[in-house]
Amino acid sequence: MAETLTPADVRRIATLARLELTPEEVALFAEQLTAILAYADQVQQVDTSGLALTNAGIPGSEPLRATRDDDLVPSLPRDVVLEQAPDADRTAGVFKVPRVLGS
Amino acid sequence: MSIPEHVSEIRAAVVSRQMSAVDICRAALDRIRQHDERIHAFLHVDERGALARAERLDREGGNAADLPLLGVPIAVKDNICKAGVPTTAASRLLERYVPPYSATVVSRLERAGAVIVGKTNCDEFAMGSSTEHSAFGPTRNPWALDRSPGGSSGGSVAAVAAAMVPLALGSDTGGSIRQPASLCGVVGLKPTYGRVSRYGLIAFGSSLDQIGPIARTARDAAALFNAIAGHDPNDSTSADAPVQEYGAALTGDARGLRIGVPRTLLEHGVEPGVRKAFEHGLAALVEAGASITDIALPHASLSIPVYYLVANAEASSNLARYDGVRYGTRVIGTRATDPAKARSEDGAEQMDTLTQMYYRTRALFGAEAKRRIMIGTFVLSAGYYDAYYAKAQQVRALIGRDFEQAFSRVDLVALPTSPTVAFKLGERTADPLQMYLSDVFTVAANLAGLPAISVPCGLSDGLPVGLQVTGRPFEEATLLRVADALERRTAKLRPDAGSL
Repeated sequence: MAETLTPADVRRIATLARLELTPEEVALFAEQLTAILAYADQVQQVDTSGLALTNAGIPGSEPLRATRDDDLVPSLPRDVVLEQAPDADRTAGVFKVPRVLGS
Repeated sequence: MSIPEHVSEIRAAVVSRQMSAVDICRAALDRIRQHDERIHAFLHVDERGALARAERLDREGGNAADLPLLGVPIAVKDNICKAGVPTTAASRLLERYVPPYSATVVSRLERAGAVIVGKTNCDEFAMGSSTEHSAFGPTRNPWALDRSPGGSSGGSVAAVAAAMVPLALGSDTGGSIRQPASLCGVVGLKPTYGRVSRYGLIAFGSSLDQIGPIARTARDAAALFNAIAGHDPNDSTSADAPVQEYGAALTGDARGLRIGVPRTLLEHGVEPGVRKAFEHGLAALVEAGASITDIALPHASLSIPVYYLVANAEASSNLARYDGVRYGTRVIGTRATDPAKARSEDGAEQMDTLTQMYYRTRALFGAEAKRRIMIGTFVLSAGYYDAYYAKAQQVRALIGRDFEQAFSRVDLVALPTSPTVAFKLGERTADPLQMYLSDVFTVAANLAGLPAISVPCGLSDGLPVGLQVTGRPFEEATLLRVADALERRTAKLRPDAGSL
């Protein structure tokens, strides 16, 4: 059941991922992604009946060791974080983005 | 001035004041200056920061017993954050990013007295097997400058192989420490998943990523591993298992260890010279007291397709954060290749300026990152999730089960790290599938969460070959012991000084 990805499929996936592709990339990816998925098709042939979807690959992870007490701990100061932003209003303490409404 | 070769000697020289930390640091910086124009192992050399740090170590001293890496220069892969030092993950999207915090491994190294000299080149977001997918140009293999050092931790490995630094940190999602270590003739360890904190590691495949040591010897790798292993409350997948003194495990022999070799995996695609060096390495391990048994890993041949489904699904989620809003590069404005056209064909609404910004910004991803985001997005999309992602996770569990069964009969599993020696730059970039096959023997350890080490076992056509040993969870000490035993029985590998 290998998938053949058409240029339209590639553009649809690119939209889901908010990726801008050139027409050349669309053509190239249609070909390469089809080849990669065809290669991955052998995974589909494996009998996995009765196998649960667990934390495969995480030794000693059952139960997951992710819990902790819900204690308040300090995080990075807001100014330090905003320092990294391409655009921010420090006084208001917000990230700035291009206008969304009324554009 | 040249610096001693081994970590323990460097530390001893600084402790005894025979050399200062500044002397050592300057020697490393000189060597980087001398060679890195040709090799391009580093994306950023933090000369000022490193010297200031070395000066402080010389001035303040401190209790040497608490500083196991006192004065030791270390290079850090550029997908690991160090506060105040540029960290780009070799991507245009993080070209000007200066992290406000340090990765746990970086803080631990500094607490151990190490001097971080710079950030090393890698494939963009650690996605690749050749370091050619760096947005800032490839790294060259110190053994042959027209060849790739492997990847994705190619810069870290090349810096160690060219003796610019004795130690470096890499990260390994599908072989990114071990494959380049093999191709450049150094030791590289991928720890058990959860053994080393991922806090401050720029995420690629979160269920697979581990940070690990790169060194010229197993003993040096153990010294670095000692410093970084252990539980970290900032990483919820970090293991709360006891850490041992790894150097103490190096007995110089492999007595009593049962090593399994899945021979059927060697039948296809392994270069004869690699195979020969691998057999030579096995013979040396027998001489060291190990026994060799044939084993089967029936699902291991599915590792590559499973890996590229699982890793790319995780990658597409992890890379969704690069949107130009909170940090990293932002691109606004319109361009000729406007994806609005593609969207309107799908009947989507016209793009607002914010959405445009997302597209413009994310156009900065390189070809390989885009390819992986595309595959990952597809396999997670409605209608395909069960067929691809869920199925791959189930087969992943079967691969893990194969190892569990093998470990009831043997203590370790050995394979060549890479089926080939270092390949020429440009040779594999046109064919992503061929590039992915570079990792055919390394990805299973990531899928199963197991520790694995690559140690040099000889040369083929004058290029290094690595032998990979995979062990039970949290048995890194045994891997380091075997690597050390092999090292003592094989000729020391050094790149020809002429090529440097």
